[in-house]
Amino acid sequence: MSSYEARIEVGHRPGILDPQGGVIERALPALGYGNVSHVRVGKSIRLVVDAADEASARAEVEEMCRKLLANPVIEDYTIELMETL
Amino acid sequence: MTTRVGVVTFPGTNCEQDVAWAVKVLGGEPQLLWHADPTVGSADAVVLAGGFAHGDYLRTGAIARFSPVMDAVADFARAGGPVVGICNGFQILCEAGLLAGALQKNAGLKFRCQTVDLRVETTSTVLTRRARPGQILRIPINHFEGNFVCDEPTLKGLRENDQVVLRYVDNPNGSLDDIAGICNDGRNVVGLMPHPERASEAILGSADGAVLLGSLL
Repeated sequence: MSSYEARIEVGHRPGILDPQGGVIERALPALGYGNVSHVRVGKSIRLVVDAADEASARAEVEEMCRKLLANPVIEDYTIELMETL
Repeated sequence: MTTRVGVVTFPGTNCEQDVAWAVKVLGGEPQLLWHADPTVGSADAVVLAGGFAHGDYLRTGAIARFSPVMDAVADFARAGGPVVGICNGFQILCEAGLLAGALQKNAGLKFRCQTVDLRVETTSTVLTRRARPGQILRIPINHFEGNFVCDEPTLKGLRENDQVVLRYVDNPNGSLDDIAGICNDGRNVVGLMPHPERASEAILGSADGAVLLGSLL
């Protein structure tokens, strides 16, 4: 059994309006940053999962994302795994 | 026979007493249901009241959908029982997959607390059967996450199957297609962001919500 730290990023699916990203994108030019576009705001979730190997850890975290951590209707996610010592 | 209306209460729900009061005033018999209940009891209809179930942590409704009572609500809905989700209740029904789409933060990130005009788009649902098509109802909204979103095929399906139940006359939150409420295929599950229980007696400034809650009775 090993421990893996998962870094999960949950963001809006392409084409789904991101109200927070929109507000930030409109605020930045007011500070002089007129060169910014495509602002998107998401969530970062970190957790440690115990599993036999990296593949089964990844499969389990994928399942957590589908069932709870992300809403597939409007969000997608990426998972980064690192074995912890 | 008096209609028994089960009012589902999660930790953090805060509109259950208002819904129960409105049901009683309109001639129904309210029965409070707790989120840990494994059944909906003897309810003839179920309402998921508004509030902040489980603190709305992660996403609105994301944790609430796993409460034991939600399995019973899903079974009740599958058997054709009338189920209505108001505000946070609408968000929970979407997370539970009993209704299409999702509700996210309002456009412009404004919390909206105001009375709005709603247009009744279909009267063939459990919540609008006593209303007139095209009827305008003045009912309060009170939410930060009422911005209805879904993908293009889902929206097309909702329109073609006459599942858009209520639309805002003047869109307050950026909702796709001005949607304030939708129903499922079977037309027995309805979710809406406005609070009909807060407009169920003249003393509250509007009694227009009575036609909606009264449709359940």
